[in-house]
Amino acid sequence: MNECVVCGAAVTVADDAVIGELLECPECGSELEVTGLKPVVLSEAPETEEDWGQ
Amino acid sequence: MRIGLLHSLIRKEEKLLIDEFRQRGLEPLLLDDRKLIFDLESRPAVDLVLERCINHSRAMHGLRLLESVGVRCINSSEVARVCGDKILCSLALKEAGVAQPGLRVAFTEESALVAIEELGYPVVLKPAVGSWGRLLAKINDREAAESILEHKAILGSYHHSIFYIQQYVNKNGRDIRSFVIDDKCVAAIYRSADHWITNTARGGVAAGCPVTDEVAAVSLAAARAVGGGVLAVDLFETADGLLVNEVNYTMEFRNSIDTTGVNIPALVVEHAMEQAT
Repeated sequence: MNECVVCGAAVTVADDAVIGELLECPECGSELEVTGLKPVVLSEAPETEEDWGQ
Repeated sequence: MRIGLLHSLIRKEEKLLIDEFRQRGLEPLLLDDRKLIFDLESRPAVDLVLERCINHSRAMHGLRLLESVGVRCINSSEVARVCGDKILCSLALKEAGVAQPGLRVAFTEESALVAIEELGYPVVLKPAVGSWGRLLAKINDREAAESILEHKAILGSYHHSIFYIQQYVNKNGRDIRSFVIDDKCVAAIYRSADHWITNTARGGVAAGCPVTDEVAAVSLAAARAVGGGVLAVDLFETADGLLVNEVNYTMEFRNSIDTTGVNIPALVVEHAMEQAT
């Protein structure tokens, strides 16, 4: 089981997860980024930047 | 066939696109813009790149760099350049005869104030580059105008002294977001909110909207005006017909699949695969 890097809650990472994928911690709501696979590594997702959007 | 996905963070939209590629037996080459290095010569081994960056600046430059080594991209760098800048987008719409809200552009606090009063209150001040309804200001009177213009000029980077001023459109609590893929308007949603900003990123609620002849015609005209491709068009309903508010080139659709019953990522992937052959 993987842990939220902010609050330590258990976070499920799907088998088909990819590097860069965003997840939301079910406990604290923090946005997490999958930064490693085998083993899974979770990091805090980057903060919104000025030119982010669609 | 090899298709690259130019991305940074993998949001729900990118994950859905990857899943659709995989369902068709194609593993996209993931090109993370945070890790790429361009040497102006090397070409990634792909037939086409589908752009899904989260940063406008990286998308626009990344696409141009890829095009320069012969990679076909959806959308093109030119479409990204135009759609990513509200001034350029408004110019493209105007030159194509596509109806949009009245607007002014000014470069100083003083001229912006004159422009605002020409348009008449209320107006909406928008950053030329920006998205998700961030840093929009609805200005109801001269005192608010003076204050907001001063704040933007002093506290913001130089970009915030390029004043894009749009006539406020009373949209009765909703606007329309339509989705265009090539020459088809494939779906549309209403975005409703009690707040005057109806972006779903700001809490607007999505509901299915019929793709009427008018919605399709105006959406396709707007898409053609900016260069065409895979685009989301924001529309205001007015007594005089639909007005195009803006055109988005890295469209978000997570809230629009169940609400429309249209598998938008599947259609995007099918289009990309057709274009890659």
